[in-house]
Amino acid sequence: MQEQEEAPAFLEESDIAVIVNGHSYERRVPVRQLLSDFLRHELHLTGTHVGCEHGVCGCCTVLLNGEAIRSCLMFAVQADGMAITTIEGMAGNNSDLHPIQQAFMEKHGLQCGFCTPGIIMTVHSMLRDNPNPTEEEIRHELSGNICRCTGYQNIVEAVKLAAERMRAFQSESEMD
Amino acid sequence: MATRWFGAPVQRTEDPRLLRGRGSYVDDFDLPEMLHAAFLRSAYAHARIVHINTSAARELPGVHLVLTAGDLGELLEPSPLLVPHHALTQPRTQLPLARDVVNYVGEAVAMVVAENRYIAEDALDLIDVEYEPLPVVSSLEVAAMDNAPLVHVDVPGNVAAHLVQTVGDPDTVFTNAPHVIREHFVIDRGAAMPMECRGVVARWEPQEGSLTCWISTQGPIPIRNGLAAIFKLPEHKVRVIAPDVGGGFGTKIMMFYPEEILTPFAAIRLNRPVKWIEDRREHFISANQERSQSHDVEYAFDDQGILLAVRDTFLHDTGAYTPYGIIVPIITACTLPGPYRLKNYYSEFTVLYTNKVPVSPYRGAGRPHAVFIMERIMDGIARELHLDRAEVRSRNFIQPDEFPWDVGLVYQDGGPTKYDSGNYQAGLDKLKTLLDYDNFPAMQAEARKQGRCLGIGIGCYVEGTGIGPYEGAQVRVESDGRVFASTGITTQGQAHFTTFAQIVADQLGVDPKDVLVITGDTQAFNWGMGTYASRAATVAGSAMYLAAKKVREKAKQVAADLFEASPEDIELADGKVFVRDAPHRALTLGQVAISANPLRYAYGENARKLMSMKLAGPRPGPALPPERGGPGLEASEFYSPPHASFASGVHGAIIEVDPKTGMVSFLKYAAVHDCGKVINPVVVEGQVHGGVAQGIGGAFFERLVYNEEGQIINASFMDYLLPTAAEVPPIIVDHVETPSPLNPLGVKGAGEAGVIPVPALFASAIDDALSAFGVRVREMPLHPNRLFELLQEQQGG
Repeated sequence: MQEQEEAPAFLEESDIAVIVNGHSYERRVPVRQLLSDFLRHELHLTGTHVGCEHGVCGCCTVLLNGEAIRSCLMFAVQADGMAITTIEGMAGNNSDLHPIQQAFMEKHGLQCGFCTPGIIMTVHSMLRDNPNPTEEEIRHELSGNICRCTGYQNIVEAVKLAAERMRAFQSESEMD
Repeated sequence: MATRWFGAPVQRTEDPRLLRGRGSYVDDFDLPEMLHAAFLRSAYAHARIVHINTSAARELPGVHLVLTAGDLGELLEPSPLLVPHHALTQPRTQLPLARDVVNYVGEAVAMVVAENRYIAEDALDLIDVEYEPLPVVSSLEVAAMDNAPLVHVDVPGNVAAHLVQTVGDPDTVFTNAPHVIREHFVIDRGAAMPMECRGVVARWEPQEGSLTCWISTQGPIPIRNGLAAIFKLPEHKVRVIAPDVGGGFGTKIMMFYPEEILTPFAAIRLNRPVKWIEDRREHFISANQERSQSHDVEYAFDDQGILLAVRDTFLHDTGAYTPYGIIVPIITACTLPGPYRLKNYYSEFTVLYTNKVPVSPYRGAGRPHAVFIMERIMDGIARELHLDRAEVRSRNFIQPDEFPWDVGLVYQDGGPTKYDSGNYQAGLDKLKTLLDYDNFPAMQAEARKQGRCLGIGIGCYVEGTGIGPYEGAQVRVESDGRVFASTGITTQGQAHFTTFAQIVADQLGVDPKDVLVITGDTQAFNWGMGTYASRAATVAGSAMYLAAKKVREKAKQVAADLFEASPEDIELADGKVFVRDAPHRALTLGQVAISANPLRYAYGENARKLMSMKLAGPRPGPALPPERGGPGLEASEFYSPPHASFASGVHGAIIEVDPKTGMVSFLKYAAVHDCGKVINPVVVEGQVHGGVAQGIGGAFFERLVYNEEGQIINASFMDYLLPTAAEVPPIIVDHVETPSPLNPLGVKGAGEAGVIPVPALFASAIDDALSAFGVRVREMPLHPNRLFELLQEQQGG
């Protein structure tokens, strides 16, 4: 091995602490490691997929401090001190799926399933900001996630169903 | 056939796993001690490799192996030619790593294996390759020139194949025809672009002498057989698994991509697991592509708009190699007649090499091209004779009582192009209703008053699906009553885990949730081809049906012996096997499975239950009577179709074109689809939706642009635009069901259908919207810029 001093800057490592799906992790990572690679191959949360590595396809979408972001476009070290939610954190170990996941199943909103985790994270963020989106708004919000299988139609239907159920749940909770 | 589940919109059993992020795609496999591979790819479309210096790469800490062609020894063999054909006189396939010459940008030149992918890619930067550039064949036009540069020095004129097929007597018909039109049509390159790129993980177990590979492929069994031959291993010592596959669309049915040989080679050599995952940039320059053809067409018709004859002479771009033979242009030639009574047809094609990524089938596989041309012909006739476009199609349709209809050509599988069933007018009638076709002219006129350009377009197609040679299935009931059903085909999102479970569930009287379908694992089923050519439901589905039926018969025999009843009086329902009209005389399917295995030792609750029942003892003679066909409730069956089954459909759309920008928007899209009997309508509709989206991409957004140096200048998702939810319109889907008489389920393929007629109807709708400008679309794909140029050309001159 080369001496530490000779190593180029991109081979440096750094300590980071992140909270992922409610669990705290402290790891030493290469500074050039992508957040997507960190989640997938260091934490073994392989539900976050990588489809293009240039921030277009949206497969790698996760929530960073609640905002939907492309985990292939940032380094793991940039997430230091932040909270991340991945697809594995949506339903956790509950036997019931999250309402968004449930709606995707009922409406056949997925085929190969590769883009699905990223889309579900995008939808999660979409419905939080806009609980009652129009079809046009749904399609606009989804346009940052590419699906090559479904033609989007059943995804749009699933988002509508999920929004409806989540609104109903919200108003029930408010009544209680 | 009991059909409780067949035809029902059953929810997919595979979804909860995929929705929770618990799928297992190739890159999700992280094995202990695993190393990572990366490939150096040619930066030149055509060049001689003068020298490769890998010494700096080899010295980089963390690098375990660097391979170039010179290191491969016996492995340096061209990949097999998958589908030989007598017309393919100059086949060329690729070496695992280029030796003397590179023939396209992206061809693999060197491989590095390192501690991680980051270091492997660092090492690629340290490999120094000296190239001597050669003249580049960057397009079909260049390939076809007199004195064109040669892709392969020993292939004169770049001609890989030449095939002429004739039906009837077109020459005579053309001489006497009242109307003849000649036109030139061009279709350019696009690509499948599954969201998951390709990938391989290989593990060598020296103690067992066994190799396991996880590959994102549509055909693990052929790859298993090939790897066994290459590495001189018994086939049963090589296991190839296509785990969850994130889309294929044809580009993953190949043998071999170089990485599929070299990754296991490195794993064996280093005695450590090795992973290679293709990144998107690599996918753009090394995963097979399709679509580029150039057609010179003549068509003859009478005053009534009846098509009399077609002459189609076309060039097909196969890229640098012919790994998949000439399947694609053969399909184009055979698909062109479509749903029409074309009795005089001359088809000639020439397959040319270019310095581009090799070509193999991509969803549609030569069909969108053919349908584009035939539907342009129908529109051309309508325009010439001032007839309605739908009416011209109706006048030319093959009638429901004319099946089987023999087109007169040899299909891609070597069998006849013989339509088994169909009802094309019924489909068109439904579509016209869905689009409110007859009222469109009024809508269009109203819009024009407001300065808006609306157009309607339709596209009809017939699609050969469900080709052989065969697939098989094994169905087995275990003692807990769960049913395992395995087959050699693979799944990339088509819902086989659900649709095959529906087929089996009907036979065995169980819930589809209790049928666990296994695909894509050579250890689970030893025989078969793969998932391509819209064949899985037809061929493997039929095998599933036959195997499940055999298990059902066996369950009846076993139960009849136990209950001392006649097999005809035994029924299977709700997971139970019982005597008709005496439901108290019942066993679970699992208990029958236990009884079907004449063990001397049984255990568990089911065994005690069986002991407690007053059941008949063993019959005299052998414990396993020969007519039982083996122990347990298990059976394997194979299905081999006599020839392809021909699905059909018609799509239509109302579009609006903004002549100021060339942008097109869809106001309405409808698809009427006939894939014979529908196993699961939700699944079929999903397949059609996805196909249409890809069709819209292929018609309007997706064109791989190669420059004169053979570089793809839009090799990223920033520049090669896949349609998003904002561009793909809602799609109305309806079905016509004309069952196939060729297979026991009456089904036909559905996977590719959606994509096929889109370019045709898109062109038709644009012509209609821009009829005031005199636009006639003769190329695909268009994109807003190109459409704007076409408008400028018309207006300018």
